[in-house]
Amino acid sequence: MTSIVALLLWGAAAFLGTAMLAVAVSRRGSATHLVYGATLGISAVMFAIATAALTGDPAGVSPVTLPLGLPWIGAHFRLDALSAFFLVVVNLGGTVASLYGLGYGHHEPAPHRVLPFFPAFLAGMNMVVLADDAFTFLLSWEFMSLASWALVMAHHREQDNTRAGYIYLVMASFGTLALLLAFGLLAGPDGTYTFDAMRAAEPSRFAAAAALVLMLLGAGSKAGLVPLHVWLPLAHPAAPSHVSALMSGVMTKVAVYGFLRVVFDLLGEPAWWSGVVVLFLGGLTAVLGILYALMEKDLKRLLAYSTIENIGVIFVSLGLALAFKANAMPSAAALALTAALFHVLNHSFFKSLLFFGAGAVLTATGERNMEKLGGLIHRMPLTSFVFLVGCVSISALPPFNGFVSEWLAFQAILQSPDLPQWGLKVMVPAVGGLLALSAALAAACFVKAFGITFLGRPRSAAVEQAQEVDRYALAAMFTLAALCLLAGILPGLVIDGLSPVTLSLIGSRMPVQMAQPWLSIVPIAESRSSYNGLLVFVFIAISASLAAFVIHRFASHALRRGPAWGCGFPDVTPAAQYTAVSFAQPIRRVFGTFAFRAREKVEMPPPGATAPARLTVEIHDVVWETFYQPITGAVGYATEKLNRLQFLTIRRYLTLVFLYLVTLLLVLALWP
Amino acid sequence: MALIAELAVQGAQMMLVLLLAPLLTGFVRKVKARLLRRQGPSLIQPYRDLLRLMRKEVVLAGNASWLFRVIPYLIFAATWVAAALIPTFATGLTFSWTADLIAIVALLGSARFFLALAGMDVGTSFGGIGASREVMIASLAEPAMLLIVFSLALVAGATQLSTVAAFMGSPEVGLRVSLGMSLIALVMVALAENARIPVDNPSTHLELTMVHEAMVLEYSGRHLAMIEFAAFLKLLLYVSLISCVFIPWGLVTARSGPGAYALGVAVYIGKLALSGILLAVFETAIAKMRVFRVPDFLGAALMLALLGTLLLFVSRSL
Repeated sequence: MTSIVALLLWGAAAFLGTAMLAVAVSRRGSATHLVYGATLGISAVMFAIATAALTGDPAGVSPVTLPLGLPWIGAHFRLDALSAFFLVVVNLGGTVASLYGLGYGHHEPAPHRVLPFFPAFLAGMNMVVLADDAFTFLLSWEFMSLASWALVMAHHREQDNTRAGYIYLVMASFGTLALLLAFGLLAGPDGTYTFDAMRAAEPSRFAAAAALVLMLLGAGSKAGLVPLHVWLPLAHPAAPSHVSALMSGVMTKVAVYGFLRVVFDLLGEPAWWSGVVVLFLGGLTAVLGILYALMEKDLKRLLAYSTIENIGVIFVSLGLALAFKANAMPSAAALALTAALFHVLNHSFFKSLLFFGAGAVLTATGERNMEKLGGLIHRMPLTSFVFLVGCVSISALPPFNGFVSEWLAFQAILQSPDLPQWGLKVMVPAVGGLLALSAALAAACFVKAFGITFLGRPRSAAVEQAQEVDRYALAAMFTLAALCLLAGILPGLVIDGLSPVTLSLIGSRMPVQMAQPWLSIVPIAESRSSYNGLLVFVFIAISASLAAFVIHRFASHALRRGPAWGCGFPDVTPAAQYTAVSFAQPIRRVFGTFAFRAREKVEMPPPGATAPARLTVEIHDVVWETFYQPITGAVGYATEKLNRLQFLTIRRYLTLVFLYLVTLLLVLALWP
Repeated sequence: MALIAELAVQGAQMMLVLLLAPLLTGFVRKVKARLLRRQGPSLIQPYRDLLRLMRKEVVLAGNASWLFRVIPYLIFAATWVAAALIPTFATGLTFSWTADLIAIVALLGSARFFLALAGMDVGTSFGGIGASREVMIASLAEPAMLLIVFSLALVAGATQLSTVAAFMGSPEVGLRVSLGMSLIALVMVALAENARIPVDNPSTHLELTMVHEAMVLEYSGRHLAMIEFAAFLKLLLYVSLISCVFIPWGLVTARSGPGAYALGVAVYIGKLALSGILLAVFETAIAKMRVFRVPDFLGAALMLALLGTLLLFVSRSL
């Protein structure tokens, strides 16, 4: 019998085959249907297999070694609960993105720049998750990075996209370098690159610490941890929208997978301080990410920044899980890890949904700038409905799914006073505050995203002509919206599905949830905490309908349309509405002066002058200016100086070579 | 039979909060008027207002969307469900495990999310100004509230309100500094959340610093009635929350006869009256602050709550 791993590898090969096919046919009219149809089928099958593997017994699946790659190693592939879960995330995302692409792809001006790389990107992500040795892992990782880079560069003639691609390439190379060094440390002096060998080896404390830091740099830069996030808000929005959805909703999760695989699986017992580091970075990322998103007026960049926030939320839970694991508190660690993985799944749902919605708006109006949108709820009722579902879910509001994972994270935080180390005692409540702050700011951010884009009056002519998008795109978005609601009202199902993963990584699991009466979720005991999304949903639905029914039946259902009241001061032009920038003004004044050194400058003309008054807002990207500008400055300076070496005479070159040789020999001679 | 009785008590609680909410607001208004040596409107004026609004026709702005018409019912429902989940006269009701304190806070967050959207739907500047200020206030009030929840949960070992109330009523609580901080922070958050003085003024219109009223400016008729009703319920909710956690005496804890429940309801009404008087006195004694002073006010609440939580974390090992 062929093992499931072989079957999954055939799937990845089928993706690659589709990519080859796409190269051949991409200029034909039917290519879009063919390629997205194929990826839809393959991803759906892979999703089904992965789900079966996760709910079945992943431990019993035999690994596969292919005679590829380095000759003395071969390529190892294996499936366990962790990789099965991430395969579910990857292929669910791939399925809906392909479905969306079936319709959206027809609007693509240059399909031959997208079609070949889309299946290749999916293949890369699947292979990263399946890889069982460092070489295959890194190769697939690079393949995934390069395929997504090609997709980012699909519209390379658009302004800023080349810069986005360049920064992405530099950051991706840096990340892979960090991963390479991390695996090098783990492999030890005898160079065993299989994960099995690394798991069995006991790295020294120094090596484990260095590997953790390198993983934070490598996987963190791919996931978008502050301050390594700079490429993400440039690159994710630059790609076509269904690819943005995959990059934000799925590829960042593959990075989380890489971190989990090495830190929770290969490194062995964590040190307690690793929890502090991860918690700190997670909290910082969550708050800064969402503050950046609030300042943004480009819809897709706003979503990309919000991805950074969600990665922060995931890493906070991971940090808690590390801290609990280090202190031998397995049930609390399982709770925190479940919260993290649940959020991974949730974020892949609602971020894909929101990027699809942004793509629909982009198709309908040609605009990403929220200041030119508005009032789309009248022109695109279905898109606006699902986008609203996405906004409510990502804002962590009950009864949708985002709230459940956040709730689990809070429950995990409440377990932490028993941690013995003072560093953790002080860090955890502070991070809890940051998590709450980021949740509240996320709600503010998505009130802005939905309110400015879909509500109010149209701010440009293009919006007034907007049409609802095609049925494939709508089907993809409605599927995700339904999943958001389902995961919100039946969280027990997801939590139980995650139990094999926590069992394999922590050795413990949350109690069985589906057996609870009324399908509540109860992390520890009902007298301590419980939440029932289903009943909350039903109660709200019943009381809202009841109120509406009673009033319409017994009081009044008369309705008259009239002009807006506006306190008797109607705004004549839609330009007088609140905009994305003005909506963020109160929050900018509260948080922005500190986080972005934001300044408002008012230029008032003297009395009697006819010049207009101007208000300018100045915002600094503090992370870029503190960390990256010095580096780019130094690189620029060095290249400037080294540039002279290009124009020397042959004698000088020979002298340089001679001096270099002498120095080298001297060093060798003096080496102890 | 027992199940029916329990469901009846749960239903009674839902109707009780619905019936008492306008009365509490009317009572606060009356006390404030008396403190200013005015006669003040009658105690049942809020009920009359609601009935009048419900009977009137709705005048809807020309470009208002379907969302604008659905939101009042959603806000009302979310607030009502949240208010019904707080122990008022009895703990451990049939559905009290549906949502713990974190979920109740988040339910109010849902209501606020939709209210802010409603403010932006018609596309007037007043709606925008209200919505943007509301989310700014919420971005500080919500974390403060969650940190207060953390403190309570750490003291009582649960986020379940019934358990917290039962613990706070037991003699093992004692006097704790962090609980005092939580109480002060909770009162500050409650003032901000209910748009009371000094954060917002519930009885003015057309004031440049207004927040809540600016968002609901375009609402009329039954829609406005629903939103007003939700505001009444929210005030009752916060008063019930503070009294059930910090003055938990007189709560019916075990299953008992109608007499005990009647006594519990009477005690609850007494607590509401006391809180109403305190609120009215406080509001009369203090002036409203500028809108950009509100972050300082709420920042203080946030810091107090964080300090309380930190103290609990740190004192666990002492």
